[in-house]
Amino acid sequence: MKALTKAASAACLLALAACAQPAPPPTQQVYDPYANTGAGALYQGDLAGGSLGAEATAEYFRGTVGDTVLFAAQQTTLTSDARAILSRQAQWLGEHTNFSAVVQGHAEETGTREYNLALGARRASAVQEYLIAQGVEAGRIRTLSFGKERPLEVCSDEACYAKNRRAVTVVSPSGAGS
Amino acid sequence: MLRSLTLTLTASLALAAMTPALALAQDTGPLRIEITDGVVEPMSVAIPAFFGSDEVAAKVRKVVADDLTGTGLFREIPADAQTARPGSFTDAVSYEDWRAVNAQALVTAEVTQQGEDISVKFRLFDVFAGQPQGDGMQFDARASDWRRAAHKIADQVYARLTGEQPYFDSRVAFVQETGPKDARIKRIGVMDYDGANPLWMTDSSSLVLAPQFSGNGRQLVYTSFDSGFPQLRILDVASVQSRPATQGGDSMAFAPTFSPDGRWIAYSLEKGGNTDIWLMDSATGAQRALTDAPSIETSPSFSPDGKRIVFESDRSGTPQLYIMGLDGGEPTRISFGAGQYGSPSWSPKGDMIAFTHQDAGKFHIGVMRTDGSDEKSLTESFLDEGPTWAPNGRVVMFTRVTPGGNGQPRLHSVDITGRNMRPLNLDFAASDPSWGPLMP
Repeated sequence: MKALTKAASAACLLALAACAQPAPPPTQQVYDPYANTGAGALYQGDLAGGSLGAEATAEYFRGTVGDTVLFAAQQTTLTSDARAILSRQAQWLGEHTNFSAVVQGHAEETGTREYNLALGARRASAVQEYLIAQGVEAGRIRTLSFGKERPLEVCSDEACYAKNRRAVTVVSPSGAGS
Repeated sequence: MLRSLTLTLTASLALAAMTPALALAQDTGPLRIEITDGVVEPMSVAIPAFFGSDEVAAKVRKVVADDLTGTGLFREIPADAQTARPGSFTDAVSYEDWRAVNAQALVTAEVTQQGEDISVKFRLFDVFAGQPQGDGMQFDARASDWRRAAHKIADQVYARLTGEQPYFDSRVAFVQETGPKDARIKRIGVMDYDGANPLWMTDSSSLVLAPQFSGNGRQLVYTSFDSGFPQLRILDVASVQSRPATQGGDSMAFAPTFSPDGRWIAYSLEKGGNTDIWLMDSATGAQRALTDAPSIETSPSFSPDGKRIVFESDRSGTPQLYIMGLDGGEPTRISFGAGQYGSPSWSPKGDMIAFTHQDAGKFHIGVMRTDGSDEKSLTESFLDEGPTWAPNGRVVMFTRVTPGGNGQPRLHSVDITGRNMRPLNLDFAASDPSWGPLMP
């Protein structure tokens, strides 16, 4: 949680000058009406930037927890950077048990269409296994591969390829479609 | 929107009687261009204006000429050199005049239209031997199928002059690509082999990949993301109706291909991150695994007798090509070059495998014999992939992608000698060609 708060503050600093106003906003305990834990969750974050309840959203997961891990060319093993991000993902999923996840595996454009589908599936599966090992229930995580069909970056250089060799964890509230 | 693709083409030998049989051919053999050699001087062919209904006759003639010259094996005698055109289809041929303009072969034809029907007669002559080459033939078709009648004539000429099976009256399934590179929209189409008459088989609502024709050309099997996850669908081309062939669950299915008799579908099934090749009975849906390895096994393609499969596997550490029997047993590796080999396609003649080869930052389309010998690169570019064979095993079509953010896929074809590399004449971007059978 500490790491997340830090990350949120960093994002805030980057985003708006208003965040850097002298007096930090007071920290209060409020009940988050949006967290679906039955009794309501005890919210302990700070209130800056209108982030009340924002932690329990796919946007927060994507922007703050980090939804993407990268792979070396032709590789499906998780780097230490990737494992750090996945540990945060697992922690978030552990705290937001009403969310399920689909892990999308991707590959760069070099390589055949079929092999890249299989390679993307391996990458997605590596992420799934790591999240399960971190305690996320297996039934909450599905995988699929887009192969080279959905690049994030479109240039044909290593700079883009490095960002396209990825697995993206997409979270959504359970029951909101799979 | 889909026009009927059924037509009756009746070939008759009705014209044979008009052509006095000559026995001279035994002396020199028939006029023949040998296309097994690496370098070929194109044979010169005169195709003077076809007789009959002017507008449709001109259209038919142009398609016949385009088919023949498009192979790179034939050179058309320019129209202004065609002074020897006879007065009518039945007039005697003035061989001397055609020899004077160095025409080796002569194609004459007459097109008549009656209402919604057309009839096309043609004859082929060996100019220097001074005799017809084969009998005259007549094709009857609906007027809307005039291009098929033209392809039938060109097929006859090609077969008689090369001694090979023809391929012009055939169709190609493909994926049309629109939109930006990071949000590509894809839909499956079927078109004539030369890019004419594209018909759309799917809408653009979900990602679709790599359609493959069944042996009789009536069905397509392809990968669809319409459920959100890659699964197989089978589509009936005539009715444009499709149905799911696999049902998801926790696994992903892709890279399907029909056996030549249409009974089986070989495909890749992914479970827990591992991809193997499976076989499905296309009628019952019963499935069994053909490989069981921790490596990636994908891109299966059947031999013409349906008994063996060539596929891609990275069990050695890098993607390479292997052949296995349908009854199991250890696969035999057939590719041993540097780099990576993928998307193999077994020639309909049975003698060759076409493949994608990636090495030293370049892509190639190549061919090799089924034992891996006589490997030859046919192309080189930033990204070439996914070869498919013409029905006669003489030409392969493939996808060439240009680099960069505005990069686009285009279909190209190349002769298996490596000559005559050319883009298809399409006004849209396309990928994943599957060349269907010669039509009856």
